[in-house]
Amino acid sequence: MKRTSRNKLNRYTSFDVFLVIFFVCITFITLYPFLNVLAISFNDSLDTIRGVNFIIPRKFTLDNYKYIFEEKDLFSPLGMSVARTVIGTAIGTICTAMLAYVLSRKDFYFNKLFTIMFIITMYVGGGLIPDYLLIGRTLKMTNEFSVYIIPGLIGVFFLILMRSFIEGLPEALQESARIDGATDFKIWYKIILPLCKPVLATVALFIAVTQWNSFMDTYIYARKLKTLQYVLYEILNDTGVKISNIHDANLNNTAATVTPQSIRMAITIIATVPIVIVYPFLQRYFVGGMTLGAVKD
Amino acid sequence: MNKKKREISIHKQKFSFKLMYKQRYLLVMSVPFVIWLIIFKYIPLWGWTMAFQDVKPKTFALSIWERTWVGLDHFKALLHDGEFFDALRNTLGISFIGIVLGFITSVGFALLLNEVRLKRFKKVTQTISYLPHFVSWVIIASIAKMVLGDSGVLNEVLGKIGVGPIKFMTTNGPAFWLVVCIINIWKETGWDAIIYLSAMTGIDQGLYEAAKVDGAGRFRRMWHITLPGIRPTIIVLVIMSIGGVLGAGMERQMLLGNGIVQDYADVVSWYAYRFGIGNNNYGFGTAVGVFQSAISLVLLFVANKVAGKFSDSKLV
Repeated sequence: MKRTSRNKLNRYTSFDVFLVIFFVCITFITLYPFLNVLAISFNDSLDTIRGVNFIIPRKFTLDNYKYIFEEKDLFSPLGMSVARTVIGTAIGTICTAMLAYVLSRKDFYFNKLFTIMFIITMYVGGGLIPDYLLIGRTLKMTNEFSVYIIPGLIGVFFLILMRSFIEGLPEALQESARIDGATDFKIWYKIILPLCKPVLATVALFIAVTQWNSFMDTYIYARKLKTLQYVLYEILNDTGVKISNIHDANLNNTAATVTPQSIRMAITIIATVPIVIVYPFLQRYFVGGMTLGAVKD
Repeated sequence: MNKKKREISIHKQKFSFKLMYKQRYLLVMSVPFVIWLIIFKYIPLWGWTMAFQDVKPKTFALSIWERTWVGLDHFKALLHDGEFFDALRNTLGISFIGIVLGFITSVGFALLLNEVRLKRFKKVTQTISYLPHFVSWVIIASIAKMVLGDSGVLNEVLGKIGVGPIKFMTTNGPAFWLVVCIINIWKETGWDAIIYLSAMTGIDQGLYEAAKVDGAGRFRRMWHITLPGIRPTIIVLVIMSIGGVLGAGMERQMLLGNGIVQDYADVVSWYAYRFGIGNNNYGFGTAVGVFQSAISLVLLFVANKVAGKFSDSKLV
């Protein structure tokens, strides 16, 4: 008796069926554009011009990708994207962790002052032109690799995320190390950092995604240090020399039959793949982190 | 209580060199970043004075007191420029369509996903739904131009069912705003829904049980329990997005726009960039930025006041 009534309450209704169908459609709409681009990137360039590809490449080829890895103008931006992502992430994560530890120390004399100074910058900023004048004109960082690393060194949001994590660690560990005579730096390095692995990984991934995706800083400050995203923008806007280059290559080398459109699709996929691999791991602190950003102070 | 006592004693710490020496490692570990902060975040604030000065590349090297003060001239020029009003109109148009549609879709998405009872399916759906959020606008623009292009997949399908090719990316008119907003919704709905879904998990399950006993069906429970449960969250987010109305995406406009839709793709930030950096009129560009921030602040306070009138939820 009890069992049947429970079943009755939990049985699946037509609404449940509708929901499943609805969300399958939503998932399809979300993924399909990527799959379409993927198909085009693996399809023969000339065949792509002839007609629309849906999901499966009609004439499968790796030429588009081969072209990217052989063409220096396309390959070196890929290297630049990787370089800024790796270096920017490493430096950014370490700096954030170091500062987060100091700001988690309630006994530090400047704790309140420094924390407030950082939080204020979440809400007010100089804006586009003052930033440009500082970075581009005063500090002369234009076309220097450091422009990718230094101006955005510490994200206040990540700082707060990490600080709250450190504050949640047991106090006793630090105490005992202090009694043993360890310096604050040693405590951070030997005790705090190893315990922070999960939050470090999360922040690192966030920074990596931001670094990999950014395009405006190249556009504004460092057009000579092209990244993959920037090259994609150039091809997209037909402004770059890339397209004429590709045409020239076609004339000189009849073996490579690629079109700017197909190259663009292949670059799009190359730029997307790292994100697809990495983003599910970011989930852990999503929700907590987002509410933190929205409601904090 | 013990903890409270300790905190008070910490507050009473007095400045002394002995203390500074004791905390020297902490100082070394934080002061460089504070210097970084002052240089990169506080000095640009000082740059706001340029909004009231004539600053061109030639005069930029001068110290702030030697430059010509022009008072509110930049702002006057701004309000007499038709191009600026086009940009303003586009920014407001895109933002308001974006906010209205964005909130409907993300709240709707969260409400429906919350009702899905297959745990694993729900999780996979959600994970896939926020993939586009992490993909850059350059990639999104590249994909959009491919899929929505004149010979793209969508027009191919529309052609098969007899609807003539629609020029999604090259219609010069407010329709372009809608296209931008729909692409934005495709990108952000799943991500925006996360915060609502997490707010929903905080709703007292007892309410649902009680409603069930009283004979309320699923829709009535969604309408009378879930939706009111996330109302404070919705209101806070609406207020915040109204504050950001004028900041609307320069990147997205640059990438999705093109020569044909220029009249409807220009936005205030891009206008500021073009005049301030493109034309090297630093003072004028800064003035646009200051104008933008001032209006945003006013909008934020108005929205906050209005929200306060209608409910208990306020941001500040």
